[in-house]
Amino acid sequence: MLFYSFFKTQVGQQVTVELKNDLAIQGTLESVDQFLNFKLKDISVVDEERYPHMISVKNCFIRGSVVRYVQLSPPTVDTALLQDAARREAQSTQQQQQQSKPPTAATNTTAIATATGSVS
Amino acid sequence: MSFTPQFFTTAESLVDSLDKKLLVVLRDGRKIIGVLRSYDQFANLVLQDSLERIYVGDAYGDIERGVFIIRGENVVLLGEIDGDIEDALPLRQLPIEDILQMQREEAEEKARKDKLRYALLHKQGFSVDFADNDLY
Repeated sequence: MLFYSFFKTQVGQQVTVELKNDLAIQGTLESVDQFLNFKLKDISVVDEERYPHMISVKNCFIRGSVVRYVQLSPPTVDTALLQDAARREAQSTQQQQQQSKPPTAATNTTAIATATGSVS
Repeated sequence: MSFTPQFFTTAESLVDSLDKKLLVVLRDGRKIIGVLRSYDQFANLVLQDSLERIYVGDAYGDIERGVFIIRGENVVLLGEIDGDIEDALPLRQLPIEDILQMQREEAEEKARKDKLRYALLHKQGFSVDFADNDLY
């Protein structure tokens, strides 16, 4: 969810998406979804001659699974905010794990001890 | 984080591309041009009146393919074809037999160069990997 939210803030910005097949596409980020699929508009292909099939394409949809990098423009990225969000996300996943953790041997012994009236 | 399959929500949707002529690039490097008739949350696609376009150098050739159902995992990207630019392509169209011949020659040339390169790398102690079909 974190990166999905992050990319939603980048909508409208110029980005360059580099794919796993080495094709790099520069364009304006039009939309993003939960799978981190991207839609770019007014694209220009980096190193155009190698990819003649992209000549007549102005807008494209890129499947998230084939993306290697997304290059952004530094002034548009608030890294402090990202760090904060990452910390909060880490905390919430930690809490979720603790809530769903099965009772360990230690907690069982405590339960038995209190049941028999002794203090551990 | 679990990715439960859902239909595209929010702004991300291929519905705007329906009934449009699209270029689909596949993981094996093929380029299919066709009209998008249907899709789903995995980016499985149904293309009608499709043709496979093979590019060699400054030329290209088409193979009629009819209706294509493409499994989403093989899709790299979908591009909307701009009709004006498509009509004025700087490339020349050749009959498909010529293109296939040129493609074969290009593949042989590449295989020859790769063989030399791999032999050199191997001498230096690098391991060589021949999984060339999947670009990932």
